[in-house]
Amino acid sequence: MAVSDDAGVVLLDALPRGAIAVIESVDFRTADDPVARRLVELGFVPGETVQMIAHGPFGADPLAVRLGGTRFALRRAEAARVRVERS
Amino acid sequence: MADTLLAERVVDPAVARPDEAPPAPPSALRAALVGNPNCGKTALFNLLTGSRQKVANYAGVTVERKEGRVVSPEGRVIRLLDLPGAYSLDATSPDEAVTRDVVLGRHRSEPRPELLVCVVDATNLRLHLRFALELRQLGLPMLLVLNMMDEAERQGLVIDMPGLSAALTMPVVGAVGVRRGGADALRDSFDRPLPPAPLPLPDGIDLHAEVRRLLAAHLRRTDGTRQHVGDRLDRVFLHPVLGPAILLAVLFVMFQTVFSWAQPAMDGLQAAMNQLGALVGQLLPDGILRSLIVDAVIAGAGTVVVYLPQILILFLWILALEESGYLPRAAFLLDRIMASCGLSGRSFIPLLSSFACAIPGIMATRTITNPRDRLVTILIAPLMTCSARLPVYTLLIAAFIPAHRVLGIFGLQGLVLFGLYAFAIVSGMVLAKLMTRGRAAEEHPLLMELPSYRRPALRNIGFGLWQRATMFLSRVGTIIVTLNVLLWALSTFPAPPPGAAGPAIDYSFAGRIGHAMMLVFAPIGFNWQICVSLIPGLAAREVAVSALATVYAVGASEDDAAAKLAPLLSAQWSMATALSLLAWYVFAPQCLSTLAVIRRETGSVRWVLVTAAYLFGLAYLASLATYQIAVALGGG
Repeated sequence: MAVSDDAGVVLLDALPRGAIAVIESVDFRTADDPVARRLVELGFVPGETVQMIAHGPFGADPLAVRLGGTRFALRRAEAARVRVERS
Repeated sequence: MADTLLAERVVDPAVARPDEAPPAPPSALRAALVGNPNCGKTALFNLLTGSRQKVANYAGVTVERKEGRVVSPEGRVIRLLDLPGAYSLDATSPDEAVTRDVVLGRHRSEPRPELLVCVVDATNLRLHLRFALELRQLGLPMLLVLNMMDEAERQGLVIDMPGLSAALTMPVVGAVGVRRGGADALRDSFDRPLPPAPLPLPDGIDLHAEVRRLLAAHLRRTDGTRQHVGDRLDRVFLHPVLGPAILLAVLFVMFQTVFSWAQPAMDGLQAAMNQLGALVGQLLPDGILRSLIVDAVIAGAGTVVVYLPQILILFLWILALEESGYLPRAAFLLDRIMASCGLSGRSFIPLLSSFACAIPGIMATRTITNPRDRLVTILIAPLMTCSARLPVYTLLIAAFIPAHRVLGIFGLQGLVLFGLYAFAIVSGMVLAKLMTRGRAAEEHPLLMELPSYRRPALRNIGFGLWQRATMFLSRVGTIIVTLNVLLWALSTFPAPPPGAAGPAIDYSFAGRIGHAMMLVFAPIGFNWQICVSLIPGLAAREVAVSALATVYAVGASEDDAAAKLAPLLSAQWSMATALSLLAWYVFAPQCLSTLAVIRRETGSVRWVLVTAAYLFGLAYLASLATYQIAVALGGG
């Protein structure tokens, strides 16, 4: 699943539990991708720090991440729109 | 008919006014509470308006509309509208669309508010301030309320309110929505002149960057000791093994208490209704009037009122779990299972509520963003075993299933009951899978906030229970009593000819209808008495028990009827008939209120017809298969 551009840049869904990373970008699948738009509105914007809190019990999907002080649940397919750099 | 069922919830906004207080003068300021989900807006609204609020729906959609009256310390009256929580004006659910339309002044029945009271969680400003900035651009007078200031203090957050107010160009007040007096600063601010609209930010500005700038300038963290409590709890509740185990335990305890805690209260209510019936029966002379009052009104309302304790206990759990922040975690844990039948974890909360009653369950679907997911959830919600099926199940199981022990520990009767629940859940999942078949390519997002854990506030839960109880009782008082009177008339008239043999009901309209229905229902093993009881049972499932009792002309009181009915049924019906009726009740959509709420939620009669047709079809097929197999095995 993990698509590596260079050493530290991965997609959010590839982060192991507990790992912390900084958001690089959010991919819009289409020009008007509602999921990507909502991600941005919720604060998934470049420069913010995310931490992987938990993986779902079945098939490690969905994911729970912490962004600043807020936690979100999202599916792997949604998380795969977010490119992060591991710190 | 469908419209009148929930009439008490559907109030024209123009006439939506508190009953007990003098009406707000037409000149009263129209203010709207607006903010992100989980900002504590509703607790604040309850605190400000107390009981002076009116719950209804927005015209055309079933997003709940709450308006209340606030009186400022100097006696100024404000009409306060509680808008649904939204993350953004770029709406992704019916809830958010209402908020967007109202604040933009585009709503067709709701005038644009004159003042926006924007509520933000002081502990989560990074997320919540962005929406506040979006609202700032609208050019409406606006107030910012920093809610949950107590929690912010505990977390060591120091917010420079004057500085923030100057930067935002709007008044800023603090509040604690869960504490008495926690909204006093906000109430006081209503006495000050209406603030001018805040200065808008330049178009196209990056709102996230602006939030970061504001927080850097006006927010100070002194210590972060409490910050990670939620993380620690999530390590347990979201754990791949512990998480599901805890969820199962919670659900198990919840259903146990619904049945065991409610029993004494239900027995008490039943006894009270019986006594009332007996008392009124003594006061009135024998005749039509007595029969109408005792059999139709008191007994009819009584059969339904008795379930109030069960419904309240279930809602107590659901409200407490909701307040605590646990329900979204449950949705997280079950998302994958829901995905296997084409839905998402968001459907879990409405379906769980449907075990109490499909009506609030179906209403709760409005937070599901994907319209197709929402529709499928609405269509399968009536399959979840609601509390109204229990009297029917309990009666038939007691009459036909022997109280054997299985493997020494499980009672056979309990296992059959559990089996009926499990069968309903599995059927619902299979049907959801079938309904969503071929649409897997379409993405339906889960993406949801896992709110902070909070200790449930008693005053909020008490308030929620009180609202549920009054809603339930007003429905009993209006529609259920009306239908009972109607059905009583059908089974009383015409009276048998003089000297006629056999029970009077044979000659009534209901008796004739029952016999006519046998054409259709004989192949599934129903006799005409069951057919007759199905007619009142259409209004509400539990009515079938009292209807069977009436048809079999047993005893006077409901309590007695149920007790005497079981041996009578086991003597008169075959095992195959009883099993067939149980199978029927798993599917049959015998609840007019549910069908009415489906009409409201989907806004179309078509989906009501689809739901009724597919559930009746399944009920018939399941009963047919059950009956024919049971007969073939010698149960006929």
